Amino acid sequence: MSAYRTASGGRVDRARTLRFRFDGDAYEGLAGDTLASALLANGVHLVGRSFKYHRPRGILTAGAEEPNALVTVRRDAARETPNLRATQVELYDGLEASSQNRWPSLGFDLGRVNDLLSPLFPAGFYYKTFMWPRSAWVKLYEPLIRRAAGLGRAPALPDPDRYEQRHAHCDVLVVGGGAAGLAAARSAADAGARVILCDEQPEFGGALLDGGPAHVDGFAAGDWLARAIAALAGHPRVRLLPRTTAFGYFPHNSVALVERLTDHLADPPADGARERLWQVRAREVVLAAGAIEQPLVFPGNDRPGVMLAGAAKTYLRRYGVRAGTRAALVTTTDAACLAALDLHAAGVEVAVIADLRPAATGAWAEAARRAGIEVLAGATVNGTQGGKRVTGITVGGRTLDCDLVLMSGGWVPSVHLFSQSRGRLTFSDSARSFVPSQSAERERSAGACRGVYGLAAALADGAAAGLAAARARGYAGTAHRYEVAGEAGTREAPGAPPREPAGGGAKAFVDFQNDVTTRDLALAAQEGFRSIEHVKRYTTVGMATDQGKTSNLNTLGLVAVRLGRTVPEVGHTTFRMPYTPVTFGALAGAARGELFDPVRTTPMHDSAVAQGAVFEDVGQWKRARYFPQAGEDMHVAVARECLAVRRACGLFDASTLGKIAVVGPDAAEFLNRLYVNDFTGLAAGRCRYGILLREDGFIYDDGVIARLAPDRFHVTTTTGGAARVLAMMEDYRQTEWPELAVWLTSTTEQWAVIALQGPDARRVLQALAPAMDLSPAALPHMAVAHGRVAGIAAMVFRVSFTGELGYEINVPAVHGRRVWDAACEAGGQGITPYGTEAMHVLRAEKGYIIVGQDTDGTATPDDAGLGWAVGRKKPDFVGKRSIARAAMAAPDRKQLVGLRTRDPQRVLEEGAQLMHLPGLRPPARPVGHVTSSYASAALGHSIALAMVAGGRARIGQPLYVPMPGGEIEVEVTKPVFYDPEGGRLHA
Amino acid sequence: MLLIPCPYCGERPEIEFAYGGEAHLARPPRPEELTDEQWARYLYVRRNPRGRHAERWRHLRGCGRFFNAIRDTTTDRIAATYRIGEPPP
Repeated sequence: MSAYRTASGGRVDRARTLRFRFDGDAYEGLAGDTLASALLANGVHLVGRSFKYHRPRGILTAGAEEPNALVTVRRDAARETPNLRATQVELYDGLEASSQNRWPSLGFDLGRVNDLLSPLFPAGFYYKTFMWPRSAWVKLYEPLIRRAAGLGRAPALPDPDRYEQRHAHCDVLVVGGGAAGLAAARSAADAGARVILCDEQPEFGGALLDGGPAHVDGFAAGDWLARAIAALAGHPRVRLLPRTTAFGYFPHNSVALVERLTDHLADPPADGARERLWQVRAREVVLAAGAIEQPLVFPGNDRPGVMLAGAAKTYLRRYGVRAGTRAALVTTTDAACLAALDLHAAGVEVAVIADLRPAATGAWAEAARRAGIEVLAGATVNGTQGGKRVTGITVGGRTLDCDLVLMSGGWVPSVHLFSQSRGRLTFSDSARSFVPSQSAERERSAGACRGVYGLAAALADGAAAGLAAARARGYAGTAHRYEVAGEAGTREAPGAPPREPAGGGAKAFVDFQNDVTTRDLALAAQEGFRSIEHVKRYTTVGMATDQGKTSNLNTLGLVAVRLGRTVPEVGHTTFRMPYTPVTFGALAGAARGELFDPVRTTPMHDSAVAQGAVFEDVGQWKRARYFPQAGEDMHVAVARECLAVRRACGLFDASTLGKIAVVGPDAAEFLNRLYVNDFTGLAAGRCRYGILLREDGFIYDDGVIARLAPDRFHVTTTTGGAARVLAMMEDYRQTEWPELAVWLTSTTEQWAVIALQGPDARRVLQALAPAMDLSPAALPHMAVAHGRVAGIAAMVFRVSFTGELGYEINVPAVHGRRVWDAACEAGGQGITPYGTEAMHVLRAEKGYIIVGQDTDGTATPDDAGLGWAVGRKKPDFVGKRSIARAAMAAPDRKQLVGLRTRDPQRVLEEGAQLMHLPGLRPPARPVGHVTSSYASAALGHSIALAMVAGGRARIGQPLYVPMPGGEIEVEVTKPVFYDPEGGRLHA
Repeated sequence: MLLIPCPYCGERPEIEFAYGGEAHLARPPRPEELTDEQWARYLYVRRNPRGRHAERWRHLRGCGRFFNAIRDTTTDRIAATYRIGEPPP
């Protein structure tokens, strides 16, 4: 048993010893310890190095508000979790933890030089330094700063653990299982409500876990607690969730909880989940989140061994650990003296109690004096001594030896979740802090989190809140009245505002985790920052992972003084989720790896795989990109595929394109109002290339539209545009033109589409469809035919995206693979499957645009050279009014053109910028950019499409492409390179 | 996550819906009679109020229908939902 462990008392199991390692050193603790309590039991206070200055830091608190003791816990190479608060790490046998942010060791950290150079690193230093020379930023400053930033190190291996997610509904969600929360859960459940009660700790009880002399309903506090928990655990309408943090409050009473299932186990089950995310929709919420003790601001208030008075009391009472041998207490409240008295009774010398207020005449101060402890009033702390452990404190000019400094700036309600729910806070003069005032959701706060301190008061407040919640839900009941006796030492509100230390002495810390001192706050005020939002961001105060739990109020107090305002006038910043950090795993749940996004494959997918296709992702779809034969790389394969299409016949899977059945007596009128083209004049059995604009006149999508019957159209869209085109259609159909009799059905997945393209396409198709009349007269370009292809009833569109004779065979998806395989067999050596890469080259050779590649949402039909498609005689269509604007016809608009490189083998990079003169550098502006670029096997030279300002007027002129390896000269051409007359289409 | 009362399906979580922008924006029947400024107002200018806002939602992963809603943009409280074509309550 260590010197710091008491002989008895606390909730630790003295019969169960656990072994653990910290920074490689072996220690022992007890079951029920946290890592923090176990380290303190071994006399270890130095647990980390601060963020910026690398100052030695110790354990400040006993809970979630811990800013300093951030550690990495390691189970194995893949399970190494950084930035855990040692105060919340449950000890297990074999636990391995290490400190962070130090090199080469915690005891000797070279980063400490930052502390000595601290005048160079005030708040916002990175706005003023590391500017020169500019070239040093990329090679020197950024890598150094990046490596120095952060605290823990991210794991290098994927997270092997499983995380579950659940949704739950309840009548009343109670957040916080201390006295108020337990009472609220009981009264709500007794009234008939279904209750979920959660608490971040492994045991319910909150402050009751510290024991104490109080009696509730005749039972000693600890005894009463056990009974109350048992009653709730056995209650059929109550779900208890310990080790569960409510971390986010979302609209309409949606609260997110994360339950930690295995982190406290020495041997977690191999197949179990590590954490469980609960998305709770509660009819009513009771927040019983408790209060947080605040530190005091004085020079040297951050040394290891300086901790909150309440934390030292918790370590003593709950864990049986004396945090030191000789303590000094600095306080602005009377109640903190009780902590000193507790330690004194447990054998810790109390050197002095220094009350910073003018008078120290409270009951506990008097009790301390009676116990022989020196109590000073009107004290000023000049500083502390000690390097890796506090060794003394100087009060009012006197230096006293001590190895433990306790500080208490009073208690402040924890309003994080209330604030997240967008409830309004007001400043309470009695609580001397912000308290919940107006709820935004169906929620109410109870107990310390609304400034109601003390066991009896918390029980009554919680009971009333739980009952109110149940009543709001329609249940009826009464609240139990708790009989509380012998209560000692309530928490108190902050007794005095923080003061900036006089003179230029040692640093006085306000935010421990982000290393923000009083000097930083003063600097912000000096540099003219008036809004608390600006002060926060400029100094980073309150922006660490603890979100200012132990710094917010002190910050407001200091800033108020500097700005000559009151704290309520300064206001407060916004709390955001998560309350404490949440793992990515819990948020991802099962949506990882193969389940991250659905994979969509076409009916012909397996045939393509068998044919050796290499796939690319187009949205969620897998599309065959190219079909390499033995020894081919992509370049060679694509060249072969393109030549095969131009010379013989190619086979292409076009199933991913969107398809929408537009059906009804007003179908033609509907499409006429939506697309730029005239559709009322399109005969049944014919196709038209349709362009869809937004109301602002810019191209939104395109595709071939076939009229199958007077009242039936088959509309195709781009692969990526299917969902949004249908959404746009539904918007107009339901909300703009509800008088039209037309209905829309997505048929993208119902049709497999097999394209045959090339001079031999008719011959191949005839072999597959011997009974169909494929003569040019019977099936001209842009016409529809019905018949059996490979024995399957099919719609055949004679359309081409390659500029060659072509057909698109539409069959029900279930038959797609069969028809594809039949086509391969029928074509034999004369048919070549080709992928999206070859498809891109072939269409670019013909100047056919791809919406979203050659256009970017700012191109009109005329810009893209598609003005011919716009119906001249239509009175109106979506986008018509916008393209009539004068600006939409300006001659210097970006227009689609072709580019030929002077060196015909040079292939431009897509996205490359075009300059109108050689040798230009920024700030000269480009006149356009390359949208599509390929090597053309059919033509023997490179081709490119580009959008260029006033492009059509520049045809024949040179442009210049600045590239890292040297400038490339190009000539502007028409955007059609192959068969400009279009004769091959009409073969 | 909002709980949105679809007039056809009842209360469903926000994830089932797609937002449809400000409600009651009738497409001008004769756009050719508007000046560029008037047309631009229809395209781009929105009330953007702090407080009560009439807007459209579509129950994309449910019945697929559009409907109108009155939502307070500061509290996210939905005061009412009503069908397309009906006037705001």
